[in-house]
Amino acid sequence: MELFFSQILDGLSIGSVLLLAATGLAIVFGLMGVINLAHGEFMMLGAYVTYVVQSAFKPMGGVIFELYFPVSLVLAFIVTGLIGVLLERTLIRQLYGRPLETLLATWGVSLILIQLIRSVSTAMMLGIIVGVVVGFIISKLLAAKFSEKPFFTYLNGLGWAIAIGIGLIAVNLFDQVRPLAKPWFGPRNIDVTAPKWLQGSWGMIGGIELPGLRIFIILLSALLLLATYWFLNKSVWGLRIRAVTQNRQMSNCLGIPTDRVDSITFGIGSGLAGVAGCAITLLGSVGPNLGAAYIVSCFMVIVLGGVGNLLGTVLASLLLGIIQSVIGSGTLLTIFPDMPLAAKGVIEFFATTSMSLVLVFIFIIVFLQFRPNGMFPQKGRSVDA
Amino acid sequence: MKIFQRLVPWILLAIALFILPAALDDFRLNLFGRYFSLAITALAIDLIWGYTGLLSLGQGIFFALGGYAVAMYLMLNTKSLAGGNGIPKFFENYGVDQLPFFWQPFWSPVFTLIALWVIPAVVAGLVGWLIFRNRIKGVYFSIITQAALMVFFHFFNGQQKLFDGTNGLKTSTSELFGQLVGSPDMQVWFYRLTVVLLPLAFLVCRYFTSGRFGDALIAIRDDESRLRFAGFNPVPFKTIVFLVAGALCGISGALYTVQSGIVSPQYMSISFSIEMVIWVAVGGRGTLVGPIIGATVVNYLRSLVSEALPEAWLFVQGALFIFVVVLMPDGIYGWITKGGFRTFLAAFGIAKPAKTYPKLDKEAVPVD
Repeated sequence: MELFFSQILDGLSIGSVLLLAATGLAIVFGLMGVINLAHGEFMMLGAYVTYVVQSAFKPMGGVIFELYFPVSLVLAFIVTGLIGVLLERTLIRQLYGRPLETLLATWGVSLILIQLIRSVSTAMMLGIIVGVVVGFIISKLLAAKFSEKPFFTYLNGLGWAIAIGIGLIAVNLFDQVRPLAKPWFGPRNIDVTAPKWLQGSWGMIGGIELPGLRIFIILLSALLLLATYWFLNKSVWGLRIRAVTQNRQMSNCLGIPTDRVDSITFGIGSGLAGVAGCAITLLGSVGPNLGAAYIVSCFMVIVLGGVGNLLGTVLASLLLGIIQSVIGSGTLLTIFPDMPLAAKGVIEFFATTSMSLVLVFIFIIVFLQFRPNGMFPQKGRSVDA
Repeated sequence: MKIFQRLVPWILLAIALFILPAALDDFRLNLFGRYFSLAITALAIDLIWGYTGLLSLGQGIFFALGGYAVAMYLMLNTKSLAGGNGIPKFFENYGVDQLPFFWQPFWSPVFTLIALWVIPAVVAGLVGWLIFRNRIKGVYFSIITQAALMVFFHFFNGQQKLFDGTNGLKTSTSELFGQLVGSPDMQVWFYRLTVVLLPLAFLVCRYFTSGRFGDALIAIRDDESRLRFAGFNPVPFKTIVFLVAGALCGISGALYTVQSGIVSPQYMSISFSIEMVIWVAVGGRGTLVGPIIGATVVNYLRSLVSEALPEAWLFVQGALFIFVVVLMPDGIYGWITKGGFRTFLAAFGIAKPAKTYPKLDKEAVPVD
């Protein structure tokens, strides 16, 4: 039985990470109808921020090093949040009202982010900066001279193409300098060591050990969930977000700055993903491909929980986490050793992490036959709800 | 001009059948064979996305199912690959001494030829029906198909005793008609088969997109609710078109498998299935010529970039996704046929600008 409870605890902590990530995704989806396929990559960025902060704190040692984790939590939120706002302002906004296209564009972003983390070096960073600066200068110069001409758009495109070329040449030049060419992270996985106060056990309850890491993750996500709840329901911007979620056009007419609401929401959603990534570093080593492992589970949470209701997201993600960990580890077999043979065979068949995903998916498809809009569907009068 | 337009497809077909094999070496020809087989998948995706508005991120399932069907037949019927019990060698690694029951029918070539498109079609029809009957659409549909893909991936990846897991089934060392499947002679024949099947797939797609059925598909894409109000039930239309697309993907996967020499769970990776969508987007969705152009161009580009700078491909691919979606939503073919090229020439004063009525942006006079 103890094993069972510790599996439940495991499941809860996996579920909490899912919850953090899925909350961000669900809020954005509810508000803008946009699924961000780069969400998993924001988690990955959060994990890498944690790694950078840890490396920066390492030389200080002692008590200060132990404090790196809270700092990296905050920084991960801020950095990924800002990147999210940037993405919304530059790309997502262009595609407003075309959710399927947004899906594809964000996938493009995620590919670029993955490769960027794999191969980013000082030389590459400098090259990118050179390219962007040259590009802006060229387009300013062109705009001053030709902005009235019909071929201006094409000329501008040509200008940017030239700027990219110059950037590539710059990268190659900088690459000649040995110390600049060394990649920051490389394609391999990185390891973050959890601070001492998180390792080991946090005491026992009824003969069950409480592993510090797991409890910390559960507490962290509970806290952030409460904060999100407070923000959405009690703050001014939360009120605006809820208004836009319900009826965008009407909110716009009433003077709510919908574009800023979009930016802020996207930023918060991405920030939550960053924090989730930060928490993942505690569970194991992380690599550039981290996002793909979590994003599909996040989607399942959204499909199961429905949109626009935090309670649905909470229930769905915890449920998925527990099912995955209890079935996937085959604990049921050890707890109920004398079950009928047929049931035993079925459970054994699904008793790996990947096969438990298969079971979860079948469960979701069956569930959708009865509740097509998730556990807590949004009530509304629109036809296309 | 009209006659010329009619001749174009035949000329292209003749080039693909006679000139390309003579002009290219074995390796390149094999690559083009793969591109053309992928073009069939692109056609299928165009059928469901470009015409019906269903963005499926899970076509890799059907692609891989077709590939596995062919690979299983080849594995079973090659003597050199058989182990002690007359079953493929890899089973011995996992201590399996009896052929799993669902491998049995794949001894038969007739069954395999039917199964490679019927199995994907049935799976597609079932998955499609379960999703569509609940009015799940749009982004929800996309992420559910992606989840389904993930599930199939894990199933094939995790079941070593049934499918050799991650390793996949290698077909290049197997034999067909007493010849190695990976040999250049066989590969030329597979290339010819692909070049013949691609136009057939095109005709199938044209059959489904023209006439009343095609009109219904476009109506579903443009406004499904209105179609419902008009008294149609969109569920059978969507299910049928998804089923047809699944069958086409299965055929495409089978052709691709024999030409690339292996089928593995990687064919069901998330990235590969989304890539398929971008071929259609680049070529031009909602047209039937576009996907063929897109699949060929993008994959050729991929070979070129990966050969020169393997690291750069993901950057190029990502940029391609963003560029096409934001700046060229009609794709290459759509850009040309919808007047984009003419506007481009007109901007530089080479062609006359198309007359539009009235020039609102330039000559609008404020009305007081």
